Amino acid sequence: MNNVATLESAHDPAVSESTGILRLQGLITGLQGFIWAAYKMMRFLLLFSRQGKLRLQKWFTPLTDREKKKVIRDMMMLVLARPPRSCNFLQWRDLKIVYKRYASLYFCAGLEDKDNELLALEVLHRYVELLDKYFGNVCELDIIFNFEKAYFILDEFLMGGEILETSKLAVGVSMEEADTLQETMEEYMSKPAY
Amino acid sequence: MSPSVPLQEMIRAIRSARTQCEERGVIQRECAAIRAQFRQADNGGRSHNLAKLLYVHMLGYPAHFGQMECVRMIASPRYSEKRVGYLGAMMLLDEKQDASLLITNSIKNDLSNSNQYIQSLALCTLACMGSAEMCRDLAPEIDRLLRASNSYIKKKAALCAVHIVRKVHDLGELFTKAARSLLTEKNHGVVHGAVVLITELCERNSETLERFRKTVPDLVQIMKGLVISGYSPDHDVAGISDPFLQVRILRLLRILGRNNEAASDAMNDLLAQVATNTDSTKTVGNAVLYETVLTVLDIKSESGLRVLAVNILGRFLLNNDRNIRYIAMTSLQKIVGTDHNAVQRHRGTIVDCLKDQDASVKRRALELSLALVSASNIRSMMKELLSFLSSCPPELRSQTASGIFNAAERYAPSQRWHIDTILHVLTTAGGDVRDETVPNLIQLITNTSELHCYTVHKLYRALLSDISQQPLVQVACWCIGEYGDLLLTGECQETEPVQVTEDYVLDVLETVLQSHMSSPSTRGFALTATMKLSTRITENVDRIRSIVSIYGSCIDVELQQRAVEYNALFKKYDHMSILDIFPELFLDKVYSVKLSFAYNNNVQSAGLSPPLCGVSQVCDLLDLLGGSEQPLQPSPALGSAAPPIPVSAPNTVGGDLLDLLGGLEPTPITPGLTFTYTHNELQKQETGRLTVTLTASNSTESDIRGFTLQAAVPKSVQLHMKAPSGDSLPARGTAKVTQMLVFTFGSQNI
Repeated sequence: MNNVATLESAHDPAVSESTGILRLQGLITGLQGFIWAAYKMMRFLLLFSRQGKLRLQKWFTPLTDREKKKVIRDMMMLVLARPPRSCNFLQWRDLKIVYKRYASLYFCAGLEDKDNELLALEVLHRYVELLDKYFGNVCELDIIFNFEKAYFILDEFLMGGEILETSKLAVGVSMEEADTLQETMEEYMSKPAY
Repeated sequence: MSPSVPLQEMIRAIRSARTQCEERGVIQRECAAIRAQFRQADNGGRSHNLAKLLYVHMLGYPAHFGQMECVRMIASPRYSEKRVGYLGAMMLLDEKQDASLLITNSIKNDLSNSNQYIQSLALCTLACMGSAEMCRDLAPEIDRLLRASNSYIKKKAALCAVHIVRKVHDLGELFTKAARSLLTEKNHGVVHGAVVLITELCERNSETLERFRKTVPDLVQIMKGLVISGYSPDHDVAGISDPFLQVRILRLLRILGRNNEAASDAMNDLLAQVATNTDSTKTVGNAVLYETVLTVLDIKSESGLRVLAVNILGRFLLNNDRNIRYIAMTSLQKIVGTDHNAVQRHRGTIVDCLKDQDASVKRRALELSLALVSASNIRSMMKELLSFLSSCPPELRSQTASGIFNAAERYAPSQRWHIDTILHVLTTAGGDVRDETVPNLIQLITNTSELHCYTVHKLYRALLSDISQQPLVQVACWCIGEYGDLLLTGECQETEPVQVTEDYVLDVLETVLQSHMSSPSTRGFALTATMKLSTRITENVDRIRSIVSIYGSCIDVELQQRAVEYNALFKKYDHMSILDIFPELFLDKVYSVKLSFAYNNNVQSAGLSPPLCGVSQVCDLLDLLGGSEQPLQPSPALGSAAPPIPVSAPNTVGGDLLDLLGGLEPTPITPGLTFTYTHNELQKQETGRLTVTLTASNSTESDIRGFTLQAAVPKSVQLHMKAPSGDSLPARGTAKVTQMLVFTFGSQNI
């Protein structure tokens, strides 16, 4: 449609009213390049420290590396700038952002527009409780040095952006049993590689 | 092999690096070692190496060379390696990477493994990064697992099925039966997964939704069980039994009850019970209440229940917790259209929230307040909004300003109040208002002839105190130019008059002209105003002449042109009637819609002249609402008082378009294409909506295919185009294409 291009390129800045051109095929949203899948509870979950170091990132939608980095930067900027005792909810693009600070770590989740923010706060709290139970009085260092365990626990609690198991006990039991399956050195070497 | 010592040593080494550069050095060495290890034979440290790589990846360094190692590890029989391998797959591989397809086979094998933890690894990875092809391949496996396995696997399979349905919508059919049967399980995790799966299926497909309506009684039963049951230590959160499951069930009930009387009736009692019995002292109770309220407001609930729901929101508004207030306002925003009166009752609290410290709460309160403005509360609301404007955070300023303008236009109790309000906004937040404010205000002032004196005095005083807010300065200059004589008479009824001489007035205008804070267009205003005063004052005409001639050599081309032309006026004419006061503009609203049509001559039709290589024609076919000679089919409402509405102030879009395409020769329109419009009467009291129906017909001898309509509107108008009836116009007008366009003027979202 080269006539539309002519109109756009010939836009005279001296004209006092600027025109917005809507195409028949639909509105062009501003989110160029970001392709969000529809209808999930949670789009992502991030843990980062007060100094802006990422400690855990879980993405429930496919994004390119560049997009992920952009989201992380934006989240850190938004959340770290909030004064204490402010509301735990933010609006960012078309997502609701729920964040909570636990000691030196910020837990930040991106939700869909129709999701329940208060429940998301409960989800974040439940995750912290699970970490606490597993590590015994968890602190940031535990999550740094045992980051893979933090992921495993998360995978027993959430899956595909939805809650998987609502019982604290059940998650704890699964983690214990899975850990016993981890081989000792002798067992490790006795099993063939392939 | 836990804890992983090599991993922890590396992490310690990285953390002890004191600078970014040192850290990079450590990481480069480690990555080189890891790469070497990947190439070596098995030495017992593979899972550690991959874990190290994943840590490095989390810090933001590239780790793509680990992708193949992940694939290898997943295929290993050792659980430790599988575990880390799958973790790596979830972190490094996504559906866009080619390597992800390689793990499909491993996942398939692991799904049939005898060990449930290995099965769960595979399920988790599939649900996290499974592409559409993988989902299609593995869907039958998942279905099998949904039916015949233990509850640990069932719940994971359910969420995996949810992911599959999201990726490949057609596979929803496959899981419907299994989902139904899972609802009867005892395990909360399985029931939760089933509810999520059913929600997903119902949202995608309305037939499935109909089928699942039969499950409403079962869902109500489950909810009742949760609400009434005694303490269950497994699932209890602050006295509420499994709130996560409760919220999910409520959401599913909302979808099933929407637009359906029978289903809504069946859940009425339950919702009332949950709404009254849930303990609202903790966040978790409020989360369940919130979901209940959303459900009640969305289904066809009876009025008592609705009132209960709105009251709960009202209680939320008074809660001390900011989060609760925030979500209360979000929900009230959703129902302010339908249950306006109910929300009005809480107006006081909402307006108080404007003064809250928190930015999120302020934003919500602002939107809700603007929605609650009505003719009866306009004065008090405006007071609050204006005080909010002076103290609000900068990112909310322009939204507040536009909201205030819209509200003032619709509900202004008097002209003077309207002008005062606009002036107040211009003085407080002049930098954040829209461009159209200045012409709108000028038009308003022109039409309020009884207040000219009052207005010019107010503006003069405002100008004396501050010349930095450009819109205000522009309007003030214009006003002084028009009504400067009223300033000089020294009397005014509505406000205290100023005692000024002509010199003072000219001083003020000159200050504006010379100030570096003034933008070029403001200078233009000031110069024109100075010129206009030459007909209204008697003594200092020479001063005006000298000012104008100085600007004849100004660097700014616009000003120079003006000055030169004014000079010419001085020379040629003694009495310049061109500078007299503007007559009243007979405008009700400034909005006009000019439908300019440009269409490409490259239409696919046999028989039309060959296309003119990319030439497009602009034809200003209809000056809508301005009277035209095009065949207008008048609708019955048009005959009555539809006022003639000319084009708004400095808008010559149509003319400019033709000029801008000046290089191309406009060829005559292909004869035979006719467009006709019908439109309903512009409704005035609320946001003006205009519906235009376009009918296009083709009376030439050949068909036209690929006909599409594109439309451009100024920012103050919103356009919604409905789907056209077709895109081809057969010859000789045998069929027409119709399309509806809906224009909305003066809406809130500008």
